[in-house]
Amino acid sequence: MRVLNRTAGRLSRHRRGPLAGLAVLLLGLLISGSLYTAFAPAQATSQASQADQVAQGKELFLASCAFCHGKNGEGIPTVRDGYQIGPSLVGVGAAAVDFQVGTGRMPMASPGAQAPRKAVVFNDEEVAALAAYVASLAPGPAIPNQSDYSIEGLSEEERQEAISRGGQIFLTNCTACHNFNGAGGAMPRGGYAPSLHGVEGKYIYEALLTGPQNMPNFSNGNLSPDEKRDVIAYLDSIEDTPEYAGFALGGLGPVSEGLFAWLAGIGSLVGAAVWIASHTTRSKKSKVNA
Amino acid sequence: MSHDDHSTALTPEVHDSHVPTHREVEPLADPGLPPHTWRPTDVDPKAEKRAERQIAAMFIAAMIMAVLFVVAYFSFEVGDNWDTFAGMGASTVSLGVTLGLSLLLIGIGIIHLARKLMADAEMVEMRHPAASPQEDRDATIQALTDGLDEAGIGRRPLVRNTMLGAMGVLGLPVVVLLRDLAPGDALDTSKLAHTIWEPEMRLVRDVVGTPILASEIEVGDLINAAPEAMFPTEENGYPELEGAEEQSEKAKGAIIIVRMDPDDITPAKGREKWTVDGIICYSKICTHVGCPISLYERTTHHVLCPCHQSTFDLADAAKVVFGPAARPLPQLPLAVDGEGYLVAQSDFNEPIGASYWEREKQ
Repeated sequence: MRVLNRTAGRLSRHRRGPLAGLAVLLLGLLISGSLYTAFAPAQATSQASQADQVAQGKELFLASCAFCHGKNGEGIPTVRDGYQIGPSLVGVGAAAVDFQVGTGRMPMASPGAQAPRKAVVFNDEEVAALAAYVASLAPGPAIPNQSDYSIEGLSEEERQEAISRGGQIFLTNCTACHNFNGAGGAMPRGGYAPSLHGVEGKYIYEALLTGPQNMPNFSNGNLSPDEKRDVIAYLDSIEDTPEYAGFALGGLGPVSEGLFAWLAGIGSLVGAAVWIASHTTRSKKSKVNA
Repeated sequence: MSHDDHSTALTPEVHDSHVPTHREVEPLADPGLPPHTWRPTDVDPKAEKRAERQIAAMFIAAMIMAVLFVVAYFSFEVGDNWDTFAGMGASTVSLGVTLGLSLLLIGIGIIHLARKLMADAEMVEMRHPAASPQEDRDATIQALTDGLDEAGIGRRPLVRNTMLGAMGVLGLPVVVLLRDLAPGDALDTSKLAHTIWEPEMRLVRDVVGTPILASEIEVGDLINAAPEAMFPTEENGYPELEGAEEQSEKAKGAIIIVRMDPDDITPAKGREKWTVDGIICYSKICTHVGCPISLYERTTHHVLCPCHQSTFDLADAAKVVFGPAARPLPQLPLAVDGEGYLVAQSDFNEPIGASYWEREKQ
C-alpha cells in the first residue's frame, strides 16, 4: 500500500508537468482504440450481416440452386413419376439449408432417388448466407444451438436417463429405416436411409426438425426438443459402446453376418481343402523293399 | 486290399457276386492306372521320422492351446480391457485365438498324418448296380405275400375295415387333447376383432406416453403412437394391465399418425370425417402377418412393411400398392377433444392385423 501511495504521489507530483496533458491524451487514445478493436468489429459484422448476408445468399442461390428450386425458391413444378423435381424452399427454414448444404447433399450432382452425402461445396460463411436467404423467404425452423442437442450441461445421472430414454424413442421411431444400430438401410426405388454413425448432433437435430428428402418430420410437436436431444445422446452413446465380440460387420444384423460366415468362412474352408488336395510331394525314388 | 505291386496297372477286384465279372470288349483297351510314385516319407526313413515328429508337435501344441484357453478364461474378464488388440477385447481375442488354434492344430495334424504317413495306394472299386439281386427281391415279395395270406386280411374285409377305422378314430382324442393346450379363450375370435381403443380415448406418443396436440403437428410428421390406456395414471383413471393382457393390448393398439396436405388425401367411402385437418391415423400392424410397420416415405405417403415389403398408400385409405398383404391397414377415426388433443372417435371398425378364418364373417 505504501508503495502504491508513493507511486501515486510521484505521479501526482508530475500532474502539472508540461508533458502530462500529452501523456493522458495518448493513454486515453490507446485504451479507447484497443477497446474498439476488441468489441466494435463484432457488432459491425453482425449489423453488416443482417444487411448483406441475405444478399450474398441470394447471389449464391441464383448461381447454384435456382436451376432446380426456381429463382425465388418457389420450386420447379415439373412432376415426374409423382416427384416434384425441385421442391419449393419457402418455409423450409435455415435448419433445412444448413443440413442439406452443410452435409454436401445439396447441390445434388444429379437428380435421383437419393441425395447422397458428399464433399461440402460451400464454406461455413456461404452456408450461413444461403441459410439466411432461404430463411428470409418465409419463417421456418432455425439452426439449433449447441445447447439444444448436447447433454453437456446435465449431471451424470440425468445423462444416463437421457440416453436410455433416447434409446427407447430411437427404437420406436427411427429403427424402421435407420436400423437398430443406426447403420442405415435400403428404401424403396433405389433410395436408402443413411447411416447415422459419426453424424454430428447438429445435423441429426436438423434432419429430425426438417425431414430431409423422404424422411418424415419429427417437429417439436411430435418429438419435444428434449426428446430429440435424448435421441442424439443415445446415438453418441452407441458409438462408444465396445464391440466385445469383435468385428461388427457394419452392424447390419443377421443377414450380413450370415452372408459373411457363408461366403468368407465356408468359402475359405473349401479353398483350403482344394489347396490341400492339390499339393503333394512325390519322390523319384522307388521303394527298395517293395 | 493288398497290392504288393503298385507299379503295374491294377486289375479291378471283384467283391460281390452280382458285379459283372467280365466286361465287354471295349474299342479302346483300358489303359489302367499310371504307375504309383512314392512320397519321400515312404522311401526315406529320415523323412518318415521327421513327419512323425511334426505331427506329434502339432498335437502337443493343440494341448497347450487348450490349456491356455482355460487359463485365459479364468484370467480375463469379458468387460475389462475391451479394446486391447485392434479394437477387440483381451478376453475375446485370447479365447478365440487359443480355442481356434487348438482345433486348427488338431486338424492340420490329422491332415499331415493322412498326407505323409497313411498308405496312399490307388485302388479301383467297381460301381455296384443300385438294385438288390433278383433272388433277394423275389424272396422278399414272397415273404410279404405269405404273411398277408396267413393273416387273412385280404379275405376278411370286415376285419380289415374295422381295424383301419379304429386307428383312424384314435386321432379324435389327440385332436381334443391338443385343442385344450390353447389358452382358455383363444378360440373366442371376438377378441381378435376388438382392441383397447374406445371413444374419446387420447392418442399418446409411444414410449413417452404424452398426449398429442393436433395444432402442433406439422405436415410431414410421423408419430408412432399408442392408446392412452397403455399409460395408466391416477389422472386418466385407466386400469393397470399386466402380463399377457398388457402385451396383447399393446400390440393390437399400436398406431401410426401422419399429417399430410388435406388435398392429398383421398378418403374411403364413409371415412370423410375420420381425419383432423390432414392428420390421419392407421393401425401399425401389417395386415399380412402382423409385423409393426413405420417405414414411412413422406413424399409418396407410402408406408412399407420391413418383413415382406407390403406397401400401403396412406393418402389413399392405406390401399395395398405392392406386396403380399391382402387388405388395407385399418383406419382409426380421429377427433379432437376440448383441450385440442387427438382422440379416437371409436375402436377400429374392423379387426387389425393378419387375416384369420372367421374374419370375413364379422
